[in-house]
Amino acid sequence: MSYGPKPWLQRHWDVRAALNFILGGTGAGLLFSTALVALVVPGWRLPLALGLALIAAGLGAVWLEIGRKLRAVHVFFNPRTSWMTRESFAALLVFALGATALALGRPWAAQAAGLAALLFVTCQGRILHASKGIPAWRTAGITPLIVLTGLAEGSGLHLLVTAGGGATRAPLLLFTLAVVARALTWRSYRANLGRGAPLKALASGAKWLLYGGTLAPLALLLAGFVAPQLAPAAAMLAGAAALAAGWHFKFRLITRAAFNQGFALPRLPVRGRS
Amino acid sequence: MTRWVMVADLRRCVGCQTCTAACKHTNATPPEVQWRRVLDMEVGEYPQVKRAFVPVGCMHCADPPCMHVCPSTATRRRADGIVTIDYDLCIGCAYCAVACPYQARYKTDAATFAYGEPMPSEAQRFDPRRIGVATKCTFCSDRIDAGLEQGLKPGVDPEATPACVNSCIAKALHFGDLEDPQSNITQLLAENQFFRMHEELGTDPGFYYLWDRAP
Repeated sequence: MSYGPKPWLQRHWDVRAALNFILGGTGAGLLFSTALVALVVPGWRLPLALGLALIAAGLGAVWLEIGRKLRAVHVFFNPRTSWMTRESFAALLVFALGATALALGRPWAAQAAGLAALLFVTCQGRILHASKGIPAWRTAGITPLIVLTGLAEGSGLHLLVTAGGGATRAPLLLFTLAVVARALTWRSYRANLGRGAPLKALASGAKWLLYGGTLAPLALLLAGFVAPQLAPAAAMLAGAAALAAGWHFKFRLITRAAFNQGFALPRLPVRGRS
Repeated sequence: MTRWVMVADLRRCVGCQTCTAACKHTNATPPEVQWRRVLDMEVGEYPQVKRAFVPVGCMHCADPPCMHVCPSTATRRRADGIVTIDYDLCIGCAYCAVACPYQARYKTDAATFAYGEPMPSEAQRFDPRRIGVATKCTFCSDRIDAGLEQGLKPGVDPEATPACVNSCIAKALHFGDLEDPQSNITQLLAENQFFRMHEELGTDPGFYYLWDRAP
């Protein structure tokens, strides 16, 4: 069997793992957006519940991937060094605070859940960064990219579920900042990644991220600003575009760009010398 | 202190895969799982082409990324440098497998056998604890531990030495204590030039490749 030094795609984490990053990131972004917007806008219960459901669905998807499902509780055993353990504890915190907010109707708990969700999505970024076997994941800049992708998706979904963000501009402002920051972070990450198979695999995702997930939403928001009667629909469309682009990008990042680095021979054997 | 490491002399390896077969026999690994494998690598372009056979597997790193990422603490590093997996703790999340820069870890989700139905030897040695969890080279730690208890010296006495090293027909594989200034390993490293795979990642692997004699 010949492997050679050519990298190949990892097969350990498939779409089930990708769904944890996709749904978990979006849910966390939605909770964070809700937490910020809840300061100025009432009606945070629906997005909060949706955010919690998304995170739970993502964790459920990755649970389907583990080999020993009945031992899942062991995931909490290594908070000292494992970002997966830390992600699990952050998820517990998110659910505890979210449930408190929903049960007692306390906005402060919703805001605290939003902050915990930020911690959760940061852990997701660090999970990838700690994967030393996968250059596309361990690259510097992956953590802010994952966090901002989650925020862009979550704030986009917030526009969708609140029919354009409601009466105030706060959700629109947050969404605009998130998609622009996501695009800038992608550029920085791409510079660190260098050329090679991972970048090629991410090319279509990046195109969607920049055009469908950044420029199109910004154009739609501008159209809504110029024609206020179109603003709610334009904002919802913009949110949906940013959401879809983020999901597509993360799917490719986990399942298509995750090449290992193969094997390297810095020196060749010198034979025939006594 | 002791640190068990392995040395592969790339000038001697002929790519016969006997170490791979010996490992499979000793550890009863299923099809597609090779804790010790030998890469057949071609480097360069015609007419300047060279071929090298490169034994790989778990490098038993001093700073193993697989251990740091493991959420269940199933992966640990013993005081003698051997990186282990507790099959009863592992949840099979495969995070270690994507964290390992050497593609040394396997996860088998279902029992598989060479010819479909298990042969008597496969049935006898099948270990259900290995299903759905991460597995990898152990440096034959059970042989080392048993040998040490009998006063034997790993790397010197075959009964206390990893099976792949014992089986090598070209004496390309060696095993020993890096911390012992008199060990076979220490002497080999002093007499030859060597490198370690992906050293730039800072994992401090315990697998050395000899490529030329010392200048």
